[in-house]
Amino acid sequence: MSAIFKREFGSYFSSPVGYAVLAAYMFFSGIFFYVQCLFLGSSSMTMVFQQMFFIVLFVIPLITMRTFSEEKRQKTEQALLTAPVGIPSIVGAKFLSSLAMFALCLCSYIIEGVALSFMTQPDWSVIIGNVFAMAILGSSFIAMGLFISSLTESAIVAAIVSFVLNVLISIMDTISGTVSWDALTNITNAISFQKKYNNFSLGLISLSDVMFFVSVTFIFLFLTDRVIERRRWA
Amino acid sequence: MIEVKDLTKYYVKNKALDHVSFSLKEGEILGFLGPNGAGKSTTMNIITGYLSSDSGSVKIDGIDVLEDPKEAKKRIGYLPEQPPLYNDMTVQKYLEFMFKLKKVRLPMKEHLNTICEQVKISDVKGKIIKHLSKGYRQRVGLAQALLGDPPVLILDEPTVGLDPIQIVEIRKLIRDLGKQHTVILSSHLLSEVQAVCDKILIINHGKIVADELTSSITQTGSSTVSLELIIEGRRQTIHSMLQKVDGVIKVTDKGECERGCYEFRVDSRRDVRRLIFRAFAKSDFAILSMHPVEQSLEDIYLDIITGKTDTEEAS
Repeated sequence: MSAIFKREFGSYFSSPVGYAVLAAYMFFSGIFFYVQCLFLGSSSMTMVFQQMFFIVLFVIPLITMRTFSEEKRQKTEQALLTAPVGIPSIVGAKFLSSLAMFALCLCSYIIEGVALSFMTQPDWSVIIGNVFAMAILGSSFIAMGLFISSLTESAIVAAIVSFVLNVLISIMDTISGTVSWDALTNITNAISFQKKYNNFSLGLISLSDVMFFVSVTFIFLFLTDRVIERRRWA
Repeated sequence: MIEVKDLTKYYVKNKALDHVSFSLKEGEILGFLGPNGAGKSTTMNIITGYLSSDSGSVKIDGIDVLEDPKEAKKRIGYLPEQPPLYNDMTVQKYLEFMFKLKKVRLPMKEHLNTICEQVKISDVKGKIIKHLSKGYRQRVGLAQALLGDPPVLILDEPTVGLDPIQIVEIRKLIRDLGKQHTVILSSHLLSEVQAVCDKILIINHGKIVADELTSSITQTGSSTVSLELIIEGRRQTIHSMLQKVDGVIKVTDKGECERGCYEFRVDSRRDVRRLIFRAFAKSDFAILSMHPVEQSLEDIYLDIITGKTDTEEAS
């Protein structure tokens, strides 16, 4: 499992993907930080985190797009699946390496927090809480991205489909707000990513929200495992 | 060492394998022969646990691949049809990765060096796999299969894309490996199977159509014995003399090969070499060469494959 993790993580930096993702993420996080904190003269990074939600939507598909699709296209999955490792370890290793890549992106907030500390006393507990929230949101999106990637042979298709799926899930409550049908609103509120994430960024970390993201992650990792297992029987 | 029983596999409604069974003892080399799409790769993929069968079982060293896949997979080195290479890695990094992936418990550095020597890729260790030629890629794939000295090697068309010198080298390597490993290799090159394998399995339309020792399959191909002779003398006389020999069915004149020397092919029901020798010893015609012609695997192979399809179409 650690071998797959290392190879996978290394592969982000043996191609431009890792650098591009990192650069894009830091670019947007830097802009939002500049506008919200430096320009407006605020020491609260809450708005930065809320706006970054939409950047996460398109950055994570870039991180996960190649995980399984590329293995299939290059036929390297044959090596993985005939090696003495179970499919859960393969899926787990790929999930962790994507998460590690995303965690690198999250380092930008630490840099920004340090930058703030030169001017004022930043609220580190809020920053750390938000980074944690973003990591847990990211892990749900990553699990979804892995699942999509396992369904196709093309990295581009995987990226586009996961991006659309992410956006769809995120704006669901916005759409349902325009419809006055209580049942629908209740459902979309229950599965809305954005609402739960925004609670986090305001500093409201509730166990049920954490469990929501953790469950979504596990459900999609499980589905990925099933997709790969099922292909053996096709 | 390998026991395959009643493997059946459907691709949607297409029957890819139809009750395939065979077994192999330790140290045997099995050649898997058949036209494209016959089910060679499917069988290999099932043995290695990459695909699963719809029915039937595979046992490696007594371990069922379905029941204990991890233990079974540890005993197999597999070179698929297209070597599973990560294009963005160097050869050295890739082999190190595969070494760890396969959980090999040998000293890594020495083990990798020995294998690189064996398949002759030591000089490209530092190169990125993307930049390697087909032959080198194939050899890196073979190196990967050899990692950890697995008792069973499964090689799907191992010499495809190699140049003639490399082919000879790899065949020799496979033969050497066959002394300690049990090897299954697939090929559509008959000469290759003939040169390397102890046993041969011909598969067509997912069914095994012939399963024999390589030596016996070439001998028992047909009941007639053929000889090729080069004889010096008068053409017509030689022809009629040969025909008069007891047991000869057919004499074919294959033309003049050297000045005054003619080549003949003689088909007979039994061994007539002594009779021919005596007949010509009395005349002044000299037999310059005489050798029996073994029916080549190629002929038998074509007989079996086309024969099967003919009867299937008829029925």
